[in-house]
Amino acid sequence: MRTPLMGFTWLLLLQTAGELLSRGLGLPLPGPVIGLLLLLPTLASARIREQVAPCADWLLAHLSLLFVPVAVGAMSYLPVLREYGLRVLVALVLSTWIGIAATALFLRAFPPDDDAEVR
Amino acid sequence: MPKFVELWVYLSSTPLFGLTATLAVYLVAAQVYAWLGQAPWANPVLWSVVVLSVVLVASGVRYEVYFAGAQFIHFLLGPAVVALGWPMWQRRAVIRRNAARLLAAAVVGAVAASGSGFAIGWALGLPREVLLSLVPKSVTAPVAMGIAEHIGGLPALTATFAVLAGLVGAMSARDLYRLLRIPETPQGWIARGFALGTASHGIGAARALHVNADAGAYAGLALGLQVVLQSLAIPLVFGLLR
Repeated sequence: MRTPLMGFTWLLLLQTAGELLSRGLGLPLPGPVIGLLLLLPTLASARIREQVAPCADWLLAHLSLLFVPVAVGAMSYLPVLREYGLRVLVALVLSTWIGIAATALFLRAFPPDDDAEVR
Repeated sequence: MPKFVELWVYLSSTPLFGLTATLAVYLVAAQVYAWLGQAPWANPVLWSVVVLSVVLVASGVRYEVYFAGAQFIHFLLGPAVVALGWPMWQRRAVIRRNAARLLAAAVVGAVAASGSGFAIGWALGLPREVLLSLVPKSVTAPVAMGIAEHIGGLPALTATFAVLAGLVGAMSARDLYRLLRIPETPQGWIARGFALGTASHGIGAARALHVNADAGAYAGLALGLQVVLQSLAIPLVFGLLR
């Protein structure tokens, strides 16, 4: 069976394992992130890889969509921002740009070697 | 006419409404985004949110009712985060060889984004709980809310800040990279994607995935690293300051 449904089930199983580890051991990492870490060694199996790949590609192709419900909710708090005026937006926008710029410039100064052959 | 009103009241109160509206509005927004050559300002998350917010306000449907349907899409965020491991696994050799400098870049980005947010907000005289809500904004919204709660911020405000940080990064990164002369080479795409995932989490990663597969993969790696770094470091730093 190589249906995308199998891949989806794998992702949910790993997320469940992640949630159990996160809560059970009181880890500071959220369940899905632990699930991601668990997925990496799991993908060493070619069979699981064949099942997970189409589902993962499909989910990630529509990643933008998945943020819409929480973003709609966040926007309902926008009126609260009026209280703090432009100041909070200035801090938010500038610090986001500073974060992007600092990271990109660091990686331009110390470029990762991207040897296609090793891939 | 009363028949129609009755029908609308029924439909808008079932989960069907939130789910259908989210999918339909997003598909139109994504199509327009594609037609416009994926112009950053045409970001499909932004325009879906604008249209859906207007629809909710105009129809008087409460967010809770909308979310009863939209939660089925929201739920997929969990498995999607797990799925980010797949593009990383495909690039595992490069990631492993460059682990030290990618980790260093993540620390630089975390300090720059969170530290400058705190410093600028403090200089502008923002109240304490707003400042603390601003600090974890570069982490994906659900995690950021947890961190904010931990250090005495307001989780709901942090979620709003996180969404805005995501949109700001997704919509301005291309111009910023041109200004900073980050090239469109294989190494440049790693830097571009990684930086966007660092400051603008999943919304930035979604944009990076549209533009370039390598940029998308490294944005996913960067957002994962921010979740780990900031979940561990922010409560520690602000616990010491308290």
